Parts: sequence; C-alpha cells; structure tokens
Amino acid sequence: MLDSLLSLLPQILFEGLLLGFVYAMIALGYTMVYGVLELINFAHSEIFMIGAVAGVEIFRSLSNIIHNGYLLLLVAIVVGGLVSGLVAIAMERFAYRPLRRRGTTNRLVPLITAVGVSFVLQDLVRLIEALWHNEFFLRMASVSDLEGSVTVLGIFIQYKSIVVIVVSLAMLAGLNLLVNKTRLGTAIRTVAQDMDTARLMGINPDRVVSSTFFIGGSLGGVAGVLFALQYTTISPYSGFLPGIKAFTAAVLGGIGNIPGAMVGGLVLGELETLAGTYLPTLTNGTIGTEYKDIIAFLVLILLLLFRPQGLLGQIVKEKV
Amino acid sequence: MLELNNAYAAYGRIAALKDVTISVKKGEIVTLLGANGAGKTTTLRSISGMLKLKRGEIRYKEESIGKFPAERIVGLGIGHVPEGRKIFPRLTVEENLGIGAYLVKDRKLIHERKQKAFELFPILHERRNQKGGTLSGGEQQMLAIARALMQDPELLLLDEPSMGLAPILVDFIFDVIRTLNRQGKTILLVEQNARMALAIAHRGYILQTGRLVLAGSAKELEANPEVQEAYLGG
Ligand SMILES: Nc1ncnc2c1ncn2[C@@H]1O[C@H](COP(=O)(O)OP(=O)(O)OP(=O)(O)O)[C@@H](O)[C@H]1O
Ligand SMILES: [Mg+2]
Repeated sequence: MLDSLLSLLPQILFEGLLLGFVYAMIALGYTMVYGVLELINFAHSEIFMIGAVAGVEIFRSLSNIIHNGYLLLLVAIVVGGLVSGLVAIAMERFAYRPLRRRGTTNRLVPLITAVGVSFVLQDLVRLIEALWHNEFFLRMASVSDLEGSVTVLGIFIQYKSIVVIVVSLAMLAGLNLLVNKTRLGTAIRTVAQDMDTARLMGINPDRVVSSTFFIGGSLGGVAGVLFALQYTTISPYSGFLPGIKAFTAAVLGGIGNIPGAMVGGLVLGELETLAGTYLPTLTNGTIGTEYKDIIAFLVLILLLLFRPQGLLGQIVKEKV
Repeated sequence: MLELNNAYAAYGRIAALKDVTISVKKGEIVTLLGANGAGKTTTLRSISGMLKLKRGEIRYKEESIGKFPAERIVGLGIGHVPEGRKIFPRLTVEENLGIGAYLVKDRKLIHERKQKAFELFPILHERRNQKGGTLSGGEQQMLAIARALMQDPELLLLDEPSMGLAPILVDFIFDVIRTLNRQGKTILLVEQNARMALAIAHRGYILQTGRLVLAGSAKELEANPEVQEAYLGG
C-alpha cells in the first residue's frame, strides 16, 4: 500500500503545484492591497471570479474565429487580466476611497463594505450572464490543441497545465521585477510603509493605491482564466472558495509580504492536493476527497491561533 | 520667497497655530524656536501641505499654495525633512534616495545627485544596500536630509534635525546645514537647540502655544534677556 501511495506522489506534487500557482496569484492581490491600505479586500475573490468568467466568455465567443488554442488563451488572459484590473480600480474608487476620505478608523466598516461589494459583484455577473445566455453556470469551451498531453517521468501532464505554469511563473517574475526594480514598484512599497511621508516625496497616494488594485486585480483575473482552463466549470459563486483559500495562503506567508504570498500559495496548493489524495486512502474512505477544502480553513485557524504573522512574517525589524 | 500670513491651524477643535505670520527670504537661514507643543512642526506641515490651514495664506514665490496637496508642493521646490526622520525602514539607503527623486525623470541627474549625497554623507555610501530601518539615529537623520536633497529643493524645511544626536553629530549636522545654505539653499530650521540654531541663522521667530511672541535677527534674539532665560539656559 505504501508503494502505491509513493508512486502517486510525483503526480500529486505536480497537481499541487498547479493549484498552488493559482492560489499564489490570487493571494498577491490580498497581500498587496493589505500592504498599502491595511485593508483585507474580501471582494478580491469576486475579482478572480470575474477574470474566470471573462476568460470563459472569450473562449465561447471567439473559438470560432481564432482557431489556434494558444492564441485564444493569450487573448483570454489579456482580456481577463484587464477586466479584473479595471473592476478592481473601480471597486477602490467607489467603495473604499470614499471611506478613506471620510477618515473612518473603524476597521469593521471597510470589511463590511468588502462583503457588500462581493454580493453586488456576484449578483451583477449572475444578472448579466442570465440575460445574455439564460444561465449562469458556464463551461469553458475545450479547444483541441490545448487538450493534448505528455507523460514525463511518470507524470501525466496536459498541455494546458504547462501553460498554467509558464504563465504563472512569468506573472510572478514580472511582478517581482515591477515591485522591486521600477519607479512605480518603489512608490508602492513606499506608500505601504508610510503613506504620509510618501507624499513628501511627491507621490500621489491615490494613484499608487489605484495602481496596486489594478496590479493585484489583474493577477487575480489571470488566475481566474487559468483556473477556468484547468477546472472548466465557473459560476458567479466560484470565487468564494479559491478566494478564501488564497487569503489563507496570504496569511500563511505573512499578510503584506509579497514573496510570502507566493510561498503560501504553493504550500497551500500542495497541502490541499496531498490531503485530497491521501486522506481517503489512509482512512479507507471514511474521510472523502471533498474534505480537502477543510485543509485551508484548518491552516487558517491554526495560523490565527499560533502564528498570526505567518511563516515568513515581517522581514525586517523596524527601528522607531 | 515664502510667506505665511495669519496662519491659523487646528487639530479638531484645538488650535495649534493662531494667526502666525512669518517670512523667509531667498538665501536665508531662518529658525523657528519654541517649547514642546508650541506649533513648530505644525507650521512646517502646513507649509509642505501635509496639514491644511483653517484660515490664512501661504505664498511661495508669489503663488498661493495653501490649497495645493503635499505631493504637488514638493514639485515647486520645497523639501521637508520631517520630525523623527521618517525614512522608509524597508527600503535600502539607495532606494530611499531614489524615492526622494521621485519627481525627477532624468536618470543621469538622479545618479549625479546620489553621488553628491554620498559625498556629503560618506557613511551612507557604505550603508547603501542596508535597509533604512537598520541605520543608527544619526545615519537616519543624514539619510532624511539626503533624501530631501534628491529633488534639489530651493527651500529646505528641517524639523529638529539635531534631535537625539550625540554632540559631535549635532555639530556635523549644523555644519551641513550651513554648507547647504552657502551653496544657495534657503532654510527654515525648527530647533529645540536654540543656541546652535541662532548661531547659524540669520533671523529667528519664537512661538509660544501657537502664537508668535518674538521675531528678529539672530543677534537680537541671542541678546534678548527673555530669550536667554527661556531658551538659552540663562
Ligand atoms: N495629530 C495631532 N492631533 C492633535 N493634536 C496635535 C497633533 N499634532 C500636534 N498636536 C497639538 O498641536 C500643538 C502643536 O504641536 P506641534 O507638533 O506643532 O508642536 P512642536 O512645536 O512641534 O512641539 P515639539 O517641540 O514637541 O515637536 C500641540 O499642542 C500638540 O499637542
Ligand atoms: Mg515638533
């Protein structure tokens, strides 16, 4: 029995990696926004969902026009990223900024706002889809040249999985460059550390906040497209679970910490996939695969109890 | 170059500045003295746009800037070295300098100014890859000044640059201020160390609980018995 469990391991680790990249990209949205505003944007799960829906719609409407699956996917990724990024900007502009202007200090207020925004976005997407297609459960159209697969070292790999990995790696690397090497990235880190003093440098914090929402939103949107590609069925309510898991990943890596969100996403993706496979086997089916979803919540509860600063926590101790 | 006319500022309902009128002429070092809570920091924050006046006017080079947001005022050539240094702890020394030049688009110019900053404060060059938060207090103060210089301001607002520094460093910082002034920078200096501030300043103002109580040349203020008693330790 141990042998069969072990022989599955490479495949499981690979699946975990795929899921982990998706979580990591969503987690970045939570962590970046928290970094600049100390706000947990719970509506970020809907930004992810909107990206997924946009991706599905692109496949649905363009698969007769664009026959190359990779080109189609590229279009879907770009559109999904843009749409999500813009919705995120609008969300900040119309929901969170007015609260900031009013100088609301109660942390509960933006939190409740975020929940409200979530409901609004879910039902807005539902309404649009219902009017447009008469249904709001969407299936990703399958495009033949994305459906192939290879087996490497005993691991069954679909072509589209390779796309997921390549795109995620490119996005994560791009984000690292952006945040650490560019003028905008430095401004984002500066605002995250001290918004008032950032203004003395000539930085307009509102613009930096908008950019942060756009970047986090686009990453979430692209993650949505990749998620739809990999897991095929999407609804206006598909954001909730991946969203809360990615939030857990962000907390796991230390909320506000960008590399932490990436690590947290990968760890959570692996944990969940391992649990989904091994729990049923180890318990002779008493605990089914569906319990894998509990892993994220378990991790979240344990973290909040024992290590709220996350695995990586704060990188530098600050002097006052 | 800079004028505050009847500036009235308040935090909530508590007035912090009551009809303060001061001016700074091009090329001067003007010092603003006063006890804790007198309103010195509030004055500087009003000038740089961090705090909006309830009443009164701020003119810089004949332009009324009282309504401008802080991020725009920097661009006019007013650099503010805030109280408590406020360097960015998780940026490296070099990144702190880089962000100081946020409004400067010319990369060559940024590079040149960094080199100048390193000449002025060689220790910062040694520490350039270190995070700001790990610097000593004195190094942080140097970095805060260097950061403000990155946008080559014409007017430099300094809020207690000697606070918490060892005497030898205080001397050094005051030397730097004097050098900057000789190089053409106009300076508005807030200080607790009245003796040293008056020694390098051309003129000074004394604030008391939000009101201006004395104004004059540095010499006059040094000679004033009230000033000697209250600020120069008799
Ligand atoms: N953020 C704030 N909220 C409320 N009151 C404030 C705030 N900042 C300053 N004050 C009050 O305004 C008055 C002037 O403060 P300010 O910081 O300008 O004094 P200061 O002369 O700089 O003092 P110090 O020498 O201690 O730095 C004080 O009575 C202070 O308590
Ligand atoms: Mg002060």
